[in-house]
Amino acid sequence: MKFGVVIFPGSNCDRDCYYAIEAVIGKPVSFIWHEDRSLEGFDAVILPGGFSYGDYLRTGALAKFSPVMQALGEFAAKGGLVIGICNGFQILTESGLLPGALLRNVSRKYICKFLHIRVENAATPFTNRLRVGQTLHIPIGHGDGNFFADAETLKRLEGNGQVAFRYSDAAGQVTPEANPNGSIGNIAGIVNAAGNVLGMMPHPDRSSEELLGSVDGKMIFESMVNALSGARA
Amino acid sequence: MKATVIVTLKPTVLDPQGMTITRGVQPMGYSEVRDIRQGKYFQVELDAETSPERRQALVERLAKEVLTNPVIEEYRIVWDRS
Repeated sequence: MKFGVVIFPGSNCDRDCYYAIEAVIGKPVSFIWHEDRSLEGFDAVILPGGFSYGDYLRTGALAKFSPVMQALGEFAAKGGLVIGICNGFQILTESGLLPGALLRNVSRKYICKFLHIRVENAATPFTNRLRVGQTLHIPIGHGDGNFFADAETLKRLEGNGQVAFRYSDAAGQVTPEANPNGSIGNIAGIVNAAGNVLGMMPHPDRSSEELLGSVDGKMIFESMVNALSGARA
Repeated sequence: MKATVIVTLKPTVLDPQGMTITRGVQPMGYSEVRDIRQGKYFQVELDAETSPERRQALVERLAKEVLTNPVIEEYRIVWDRS
């Protein structure tokens, strides 16, 4: 089982993700340069947070032209696990691997804080260690995390159970007050129709160790390990 | 040959920046301003030898594939005939 963490120019959570997999989860991991054209040998790929290409044009917009993204599309189509965190989520929507888009926060402010998300679907390769209704204590750090999808796309996402996480209060109540950025339906993370690609604005990489204030994010990486172990068994 | 590509958010997409500008100017003597929507524009310069047919198709494609995110934005191309 091997994880890869893609480094784009401007990624800044690449080492956090690498560390979470190597030191916390204890699985093999290596960096993938954005100019690499092959993902041979990888079972799961992480698109980390940061400011790829300086957020020029639109967040995540220029990363889709990186050579590695062609390979990532093929990797995802073959069922490989892909998780995009924060800027990684923005890249996944811009490149069409996930539906919707991430707009400027309604407050127009960059928000960096711990909050809660509620698990909406526990039957994905990223959430199998969790249960529906469970809340995770997890941080966000973004200026463009306001998830948007048109009515038809939203209906499809909801109908297919593609909403993985919603912003909630600590008790799991999905309220307007718990919504930090104006995301439609309080959506914090979604999966693609096949379920093997997850995008989420909150940072599991920044909540995988007690020292960081929470270990809840670790369960997302552990779920991936679970899913990959099952696939191999 | 130059083209200007004007990119705006779709009318159905919330524009927090435009909203803030609107609310900011209304009490400052601009009470008749109903709404401001913020957008961006790109000046695209092409090789002089590019044929007119190719020119149109090229800038259309650039606008569609790169300069806009079709989920949230739309565009308009204005050609500089000078």
